[in-house]
Amino acid sequence: MSIIIDQLNYTYSPGTAYEKQALKDISLVIEDGEFIGLIGHTGSGKSTLIQHLNGLVKATGGSVYYNGADIYDADYNLKELRTKVGLVFQYPEHQLFETTVLKDVQFGPKNLSLTPLEVDLRAYGALKQVGIPDDLIDASPFELSGGQKRRVAIAGVLAMEPEVLILDEPTAGLDPKGRDEILDQIAKIHDERHITVILVSHSMEDVAKYVGRIIVMDHGRAVFDGAPKKVFSHYKELEGIGLAAPQVTYAVNALRERGILVKTDATTVQEAKAAVLAVWKG
Amino acid sequence: MPMIQSSDLTFEYIRRDEEGNVESITKALDGVSMEIKKGDFVAILGHNGSGKSTLAKHINAILLPTEGTLYVDGMDTKEEERLWDIRQTAGMVFQNPDNQIIATVVEEDVGFGPENLGVPTKEIWKRVEESLRAVGMYEYRTHSPNKLSGGQKQRVAIAGIMAMKPQCIVLDEPTAMLDPNGRKEVIRTVRELNSREKVTVLLITHYMEEVIHADKVIVMDDGKIVMQGTPREIFSQVEKLKSFRMDVPQITELAYELKKAGMPLPDGILSVEEFVEAVGRCCDVGGRR
Amino acid sequence: MIRDITIGQYYPADSVLHRLDPRVKLTGTLVYIVSLFLVKNLWGYLIAALALAAVIRASKVPFGYIVKGLKAVVILLLFTVCFNLFLTSGTPVFEWKFIRITKEGLYLAFSMAVRLTLLILGSSLMTFTTTPNELTDGMESLLSPLKKLHVPVHEVAMMMSIALRFIPILLEETDKIMKAQQARGADFESGGIIKRAKAMIPILIPLFISAFRRAGDLAMAMEARCYRGGAGRTKMKPLHYHGRDAGAWITMAMFVAVIVVSRRF
Repeated sequence: MSIIIDQLNYTYSPGTAYEKQALKDISLVIEDGEFIGLIGHTGSGKSTLIQHLNGLVKATGGSVYYNGADIYDADYNLKELRTKVGLVFQYPEHQLFETTVLKDVQFGPKNLSLTPLEVDLRAYGALKQVGIPDDLIDASPFELSGGQKRRVAIAGVLAMEPEVLILDEPTAGLDPKGRDEILDQIAKIHDERHITVILVSHSMEDVAKYVGRIIVMDHGRAVFDGAPKKVFSHYKELEGIGLAAPQVTYAVNALRERGILVKTDATTVQEAKAAVLAVWKG
Repeated sequence: MPMIQSSDLTFEYIRRDEEGNVESITKALDGVSMEIKKGDFVAILGHNGSGKSTLAKHINAILLPTEGTLYVDGMDTKEEERLWDIRQTAGMVFQNPDNQIIATVVEEDVGFGPENLGVPTKEIWKRVEESLRAVGMYEYRTHSPNKLSGGQKQRVAIAGIMAMKPQCIVLDEPTAMLDPNGRKEVIRTVRELNSREKVTVLLITHYMEEVIHADKVIVMDDGKIVMQGTPREIFSQVEKLKSFRMDVPQITELAYELKKAGMPLPDGILSVEEFVEAVGRCCDVGGRR
Repeated sequence: MIRDITIGQYYPADSVLHRLDPRVKLTGTLVYIVSLFLVKNLWGYLIAALALAAVIRASKVPFGYIVKGLKAVVILLLFTVCFNLFLTSGTPVFEWKFIRITKEGLYLAFSMAVRLTLLILGSSLMTFTTTPNELTDGMESLLSPLKKLHVPVHEVAMMMSIALRFIPILLEETDKIMKAQQARGADFESGGIIKRAKAMIPILIPLFISAFRRAGDLAMAMEARCYRGGAGRTKMKPLHYHGRDAGAWITMAMFVAVIVVSRRF
């Protein structure tokens, strides 16, 4: 049970003046239950890559295998794939359209030919999981606050009970507390539902705190892939492609350069704290 | 004369039901009194819904106070005949770069403000060139805004305001929709305009890294000003900030955590350099390397 | 793909046509359209087509790019052709069951197809070579006599230019919303016409909400930049006629003369 991406290439508007190769020879294996951070700046190809994983965009070269089956086979059911690989777009609240929160969340499961009871249960369950209180369920989604709208939109994808959940910049535009709340919720969903989660982000601090593996994209290529500690040890190369490691990684490295022999693999505040205290206390 | 001065500024959103009866009243601003000096770089922090955007819209006279007064360079925003002077004095840049660019060519967009002000043609061209150079977008003057990155679009929007020769720029979360590179680009541009062109800057944001160079930080919550001071004073109060749904830069948090664990570090460390120096001093004194 | 719609979009290039006064281009397009309806025979179409080809060449806009704009109206074109082909009475040249094609029908269908194609190519060439701002300035100037009749000429012109600026943004947005709803299992490709129309609701509602939100934002941004209608405004690029514009007027007059003469062959 996994996603295998083999030699994936994608070119926008081939043969025109706007031709642009968005993905170049990407090969990755994503195992069940992983929590992955996909990082890169705008135009690095990360948004294009995730749209390949549920078949919304078809590669111009290479293959994608979902649980062993080639999704580009003529008889492969792409519609079913889209329910297995849930994709939450950037600013997902802009896709809300129903008259009530519950109805909007039901839209996905209703497309799955389930019984009405099952549709209700899934929608309700998803709303609970993203922390929408009962009294908002029959409210119009347009009356909610920005953060609440975003949760409802995430619930809309969650209600399809996907095996893989991909979120494109789920914290964009939120305030610091709102960012933490959404990320905590996503981590909780990952733990409780035992599903694969791919978090697209450009905040290193956020990603380092939650994920087990980081994939860094640059100019359509996957340039780094590994555990956060391993990837952020390349902080100087990351800077070269316009990205940066968490601030604390810089801090421990700078301490080391000054002759204070701290461990330099810290990527979170807690790890850096432990590293510095270990030296200070001797 | 201060650039901006408000006293007891209050603004109420009134919601009415279908028959026009008042359903609820929300105080988006509740007795805000503040003063911003000419030439300062002031940052306003606050979570979504804290009233910071409402405050910004008052400075541009897009919203008018329900109670209290606001002066922009000595002009009361309630005086209707000064409206256009106020908007020319305090320019405003908004969050979504796509929704504030009017023209389909960069230079034409920058010229839009001066055109509205009735500036003579020759002078418009001069101002457009100067402002595009000031934000480093002169080479893109004949491009279509649709083909620019988010950070570049925001710089064009800033140039559009600069071409009106304002004394003050109010930026309402100009970086919220940008990636880290775009954010840096915009903040660098704004800081340069502040130091070189002496424009007063009022930056509204919820990215903590963007405010550490400000002259003054104002924290808003529930329509009120709850904290005010230099970045160092503000970021020394980690717990208090967190109670207002705000955060501190990661390095500040690390120093704070270490201090709690007993290390003798100063409050409000804002940069990696400060941190290394302070921690270095502790370790040297302790002699435990 | 929805993004391939190029009609109405400015194509930046440095050509005589790009530099012409927009009033000349607007009038020229109008003259060209009228002349298409003056044409009576094949010679006239040939002349009109050649003239357009020459102008396209001078515009430096790639021919393929202009033709792509036709894709959006191909259905309209087919419809017109079929309508004329099958429903014109006259001398039959082909009959099979209820299908009947007449000589007159053939000619009419052909001339309509040519006319429409040239008309669309000609008018899209104008939008390719003129920025929306120039276009609105040109319209405003040409229509300014109507101001005396209290027609809000400036406002209409401004409206048009904003609409043109937002076409690509809204197209991209549509694409994004469609994908997002597809990711929630929406199906836009199967089912009858009613089912398909219903499937559009989850796209149209978010699209309208977004358009209204953008309109609100834009109105605020324009006000913040001291926009208060046409009165008292100066122009960054005021319209002045140049030597090349005189050349264009003369070329236009010659073209009309040739078209009128061609009617006599």
